[in-house]
Amino acid sequence: MSETPVNAPRKLPGSLEANRRLDRWLRINRDGTVTVFPGKVEIGQGILTVFTQIVAEELDVALERVRLAPSDTSYSPDEGITSGSRSVQEGGIALLHAAAEARDLLLQRAASRLGVSLEQLAVEDGVVTARSGGAITYWDLTSEELLAREATGDIAPKSPKEHTLIGTPVPRHDIPGKISGAPAYVQDLELPGMLHGRIVRPPSPGARLTAFDEAQVRSMPGIVEVVRDGSFLGVIAEREEQAIRALNRCKRIAQWHEISALPGTDPRYLLRADAKTEVISEKSDEAALARSKRSLEAEYTRPFIAHASMAPSCAVATHDKGAFTVWTHSQGIYPLRTELTKVLGVPERAITVIHVEGAGCYGHNGADDAACDAALLARAVPGRPVRVQWMREDEFGWEPFGSAMVVRMSGAVDGEGRIVNWTHDLWSHGHSTRPVGRDGANLLGAWYLEKPVPAATPGNPPLPAGGSHRNAIPLYEFPNQRITNHLVLRAPLRTSALRSLGAHPNVFAIESFMDELAAAAGADPVEFRLRHLKDPRARAVIEAAAEEAGWRKGGKGDGARGRGIGFARYKNVGCYAAVVVEVEIGNEIAVRRAWAAVDAGLAINPDGIANQIEGGVIQTVSWTLKEQVQYDAQRVTTLNWTDYPILSFAEAPAVEVTLINRPGEPPLGTGEGAQGPTAAAIGNAVFNAMGVRVRDMPLTRERVIAALA
Amino acid sequence: MTITLIVNEAEHRVAADPETPLLYVLRNDLKLKATRFGCGQGQCGACTVVMDGKAVASCDLPVSAAAGKTITTVEGLSTGGKLHPLQRAFIAEQAAQCGYCLSGILMAAKALLDANARPSEAEIRAALTDNFCRCGTHQRIIRAIQRAADEVAT
Repeated sequence: MSETPVNAPRKLPGSLEANRRLDRWLRINRDGTVTVFPGKVEIGQGILTVFTQIVAEELDVALERVRLAPSDTSYSPDEGITSGSRSVQEGGIALLHAAAEARDLLLQRAASRLGVSLEQLAVEDGVVTARSGGAITYWDLTSEELLAREATGDIAPKSPKEHTLIGTPVPRHDIPGKISGAPAYVQDLELPGMLHGRIVRPPSPGARLTAFDEAQVRSMPGIVEVVRDGSFLGVIAEREEQAIRALNRCKRIAQWHEISALPGTDPRYLLRADAKTEVISEKSDEAALARSKRSLEAEYTRPFIAHASMAPSCAVATHDKGAFTVWTHSQGIYPLRTELTKVLGVPERAITVIHVEGAGCYGHNGADDAACDAALLARAVPGRPVRVQWMREDEFGWEPFGSAMVVRMSGAVDGEGRIVNWTHDLWSHGHSTRPVGRDGANLLGAWYLEKPVPAATPGNPPLPAGGSHRNAIPLYEFPNQRITNHLVLRAPLRTSALRSLGAHPNVFAIESFMDELAAAAGADPVEFRLRHLKDPRARAVIEAAAEEAGWRKGGKGDGARGRGIGFARYKNVGCYAAVVVEVEIGNEIAVRRAWAAVDAGLAINPDGIANQIEGGVIQTVSWTLKEQVQYDAQRVTTLNWTDYPILSFAEAPAVEVTLINRPGEPPLGTGEGAQGPTAAAIGNAVFNAMGVRVRDMPLTRERVIAALA
Repeated sequence: MTITLIVNEAEHRVAADPETPLLYVLRNDLKLKATRFGCGQGQCGACTVVMDGKAVASCDLPVSAAAGKTITTVEGLSTGGKLHPLQRAFIAEQAAQCGYCLSGILMAAKALLDANARPSEAEIRAALTDNFCRCGTHQRIIRAIQRAADEVAT
């Protein structure tokens, strides 16, 4: 173990550690406002509202005084990527402590100006009052130098008992604008002289452009430039519809050499692929193993799933006097900037990346690629901004998918109905090919240039969060267990982070298998889980979800309707969630109702948490019942919403969320907490209803019928 | 070619190819950004506007087919600085996550409520058949439309 040098700077909470200056996070303005500089970005999860709540709370100012600066590589703190449900733990915690220190600095100034001690002071909405009389405002106390210093980590934020804003359902700051038609997304950005670009993507991965008659496109109305660099092909036009017409003509006349060879759509192709195998958890107890009474094995699969954002990716870029400015809905402006240097061949100081919201992304979609596309087109028309809007088929065809996975489980119970052995083997491609890659560049356009910058080696985030192995290690206590990750590095299709990464298939497998073992042991699924769980917070969410749902011990479905439960602690270190669903099986499998219980530690915005969990449940119902990316031997054939149906308004379940608030515990993100438990709850409810187990997602009527046969 | 459009009670003359989808004329010529591109094929509802009382997709509708018709977009929902009951209800129910689908849903809901002031939950769900929400905000959106209907009715 290394020792900490005596005078090493103290480790600071959350993202404050890497961005230590207070004025990187906050500014107290003379005009009675406070500006917050978040490094984490809004991806539809409502995080910016939470940040305003945290800052207003710690500073003791009204919420209305808090302004949000757009995230921009010119000045924002570098918080890496907004992902993994880490924004509260990293960005929120940093702001909490930065605001507490700012308040302390303001109070010290007030004490000296009013000639009283700190203990004599009280603050209300930025007005500092001395008990002996006399008052001064933050807005009079502030100056440029006030926060021009590093955080110390010495000032404790308020105790939960003192909270007046944290813990309350503060309304989202962005909804009034969004329902009034105000420009809200990068798609809505319009700069003077802006041109419209489209990218002519190849018909299949790796295809090379072999013949293309530019003249046929240059002569079209409104065409400003046709950009060809190797097999990267784009058009730039004065008007958007002109760019689309040019795109369509390009698609007709461009000739490509296709090289891809895709496997069948059954994820079991993974079992035959070369894999890097690693045992990630092992426990052994021979005596317990000897008590095995009944053994089971089961295999679960998930196909490739698309993020399928409502808005195809979009970006605007300018190239002027050698410098690039890129407006993007990327989840990581700094990593994107680093990645762009490899493609554009300019240093970081020549690139400014500015975040503007896009639609909900649910992980690594085409956002960064569109930014690269826009920069590549902008380079061809210096001085004029270029807006690149991907078409729907670009997003479906080229976004990185959530990897297909296969999970094989085996286990045994003893005569008392306790699990004595548990193995979990998973096969998957890597779940992270985001910028920044360790080698190469993870930007689609770069792979097709005359001098390509190849893709980085795909991989996984390390444990405990993990990638394909996220949530593969169960929270249950088993005397014998072996968890093995088989990582298949060569992916036929591009894969990267999709909301919850491997947790969705891993928890589907773990929690389905728990039910299979419970059935083998003749135990009730809720009671069986509690039997193997010590963590009181885990037990509490299971008990709460069961209670809210009116769980009947040993209750059986009626052949059409049934209920099931699923549980996980997200990433084994994040929020706890248990979900009960009720399914109805007729012409299709329908989830009618769901009850979720969640423990996210200190709940900063209870309605924000409920919204994330409701959304997580509903989206997972869609993934689990309906979704699968289609492809043939060469091409992705999922190109529009008809090819990729998602849950409709007619099908969406009613979801009730029970929040277990733990003010004494650190706050935990909830954006991905519902995915795994919901998927498993559906499979378990189908079993409860029909007595058959469907182990391949999506869980369709055809698969139920096949299982019945 | 010059085409005359009536959008949010104002007359506009735009020079555009008649085949141009109405969506791009609204967004790029009239600078009405609320109506949003989602698929370009009339499948997802993000671009829904109300035309002559009916909810229609604007992304695959040639602007020439909209000439002379009465078009309402989200920018025309509020009147005299007062939010439409649907807008108030969406705030009250916090019926958004990313919000990208909301403009189209608000317009589909307006067409519904204008034709049927007291829709049942099933009728609301049916009216949103052509509108997708990927964040999973469905139940809040349904509740918001019910709330707006209740407010208009009382």
